[in-house]
Amino acid sequence: MDKSMDVGLREMKLDKGKKTREKLMFGIFTLCMSAVVIPTLLIIGFIVVKGISTVNWSFLTEMPRMGMKEGGIFPAIVGTLYLVLGTIIFSMPLGVGAAIYLTEYAKQGRLTRLIRIAVLNLAGVPSVVYGLFGLGLFVFFLGFGSSILAGSLTLACLILPIIITTSEEAIKSVPDSYREASLALGASKWETIARVVLPQAIPGIMTGSVLGIGRAAGETAPILLTVAAFFIPRLPGSVFDQAMALPYHLYIVSTQVPGMPESIKYGTALVLLGVVGVFFTFATIIRLKFKKMSQMK
Amino acid sequence: MSDAMNSNAIIKVKDLNLYYGDFQALKNIDTTIEKNKVSALIGPSGCGKSTFLRTLNRMNDLISGVTTKGEVSFEGREIYDEDLDVVALRRKIGMVFQKPNPFPKSIYENVAYGPRRSGVKNKKDLDQIVEESLKEAALWEEVKDRLNKSALGLSGGQQQRLCIARALAMKPQVLLMDEPTSALDPLATNRIEELITQLKKNYTIVIVTHSMHQAARISDRTSFFLMGEIIEQGETNKMFTTPSDQRTEDYVTGRFG
Repeated sequence: MDKSMDVGLREMKLDKGKKTREKLMFGIFTLCMSAVVIPTLLIIGFIVVKGISTVNWSFLTEMPRMGMKEGGIFPAIVGTLYLVLGTIIFSMPLGVGAAIYLTEYAKQGRLTRLIRIAVLNLAGVPSVVYGLFGLGLFVFFLGFGSSILAGSLTLACLILPIIITTSEEAIKSVPDSYREASLALGASKWETIARVVLPQAIPGIMTGSVLGIGRAAGETAPILLTVAAFFIPRLPGSVFDQAMALPYHLYIVSTQVPGMPESIKYGTALVLLGVVGVFFTFATIIRLKFKKMSQMK
Repeated sequence: MSDAMNSNAIIKVKDLNLYYGDFQALKNIDTTIEKNKVSALIGPSGCGKSTFLRTLNRMNDLISGVTTKGEVSFEGREIYDEDLDVVALRRKIGMVFQKPNPFPKSIYENVAYGPRRSGVKNKKDLDQIVEESLKEAALWEEVKDRLNKSALGLSGGQQQRLCIARALAMKPQVLLMDEPTSALDPLATNRIEELITQLKKNYTIVIVTHSMHQAARISDRTSFFLMGEIIEQGETNKMFTTPSDQRTEDYVTGRFG
């Protein structure tokens, strides 16, 4: 008894080397974290500082004037909102529907594996290639012309893989015991999916969709080929109209117009960040609300 | 003896064989489930008792690669017929699972879930079904003031009684219970056992259990499963006092399993 206690006490003696190693690893991980967080904060901070003085009510609500060197960026904001809205309308039902099919209905086997690999690969295709695809299919072949419709569809294709994969994960993470309980109560398969599985999966689906939609709002190459206009002195009247859009506008004011005041560039960048931020916040609220509903005590 | 019993049978099983792919999980099962009785299915893990339970409401349909051969009839209707509506069958044969699995919804919505799916829309009717079912499951007094709170806030035993109430809300004729107390503490187990004894007045109950004591306490009839076969079945009293098969005796006296 005494002897074993001695051994125990000896083992409890502090090992200095081990403690240093622990500290070292902790330091390395902290460094990694900082390396991720600091640039993000720097970028946001830089743009806020340089752009905040430009952003005011008239900048947000007025048409550009004097070759875009003065006035506001209202049409670009409106254009981006339309595009994002169109992208959501096309991509969400399709993406979530495809994810439901893949997880709940499709027989798991070689075919579904192949589809999953295809979806993952689509996520890696450069966005300019999507632009070219949209130009060929929507603008020319289907005859939508350079329009909000063509742009939204192209952006929807771009973010479909993100929505499908994250929705699939979210649906898969709903425990089978819920499905069993629902089916055992005489609910049909679709009722089970609609009433039990999807409400549980919505927080996850929202997270993925926001990532996707945020990306769509900021993409330049696909809209450059399918919808974006250099400058239009009026707002788009229908989905077949061309539109200005924030990312493309930012590209133009930064590189295509000589003598453009700095403030307009950073102001535009800040507004673009803001628009993405608003979507992000909105989706986070929805996500939290559903999470609370499903976990309420 | 079997004739007198069969007249009271609600489920008859004849020559039932079930395969998971190439593996045969149930072999030549012949048995009857009697109305308003508690039938216990006992046996060691992997003996096929849960699989058998799940053939009775066709929950095995959900697993791919399962082949079922033989006859299972519920009130004279063959349930493996191609034109049988599984959804309708499951409304008549309810199920309670091993782990309490209330939906992450309110207590009210949990109980109302089944009736809503089968078309009950009227709020008054739903209120009545919810109250009756919760009373039947001996949970009403504990939850009547917080019907709109989440079911996940209930204790394990309460959750399981809620799952029973949820199944009862469909007014089933048969209630299948798959080790309903294995995740519960002794007190909660005791309450569920009392409840089962109450419920058999109105329902036919088939219960899979790991606990021989539980089978002895609450069941009228017992079937002993081993390696996918029913080794012995009959009156619970007889099974536990004078089993006719050596393997049954070994199992019920705790020599294996």
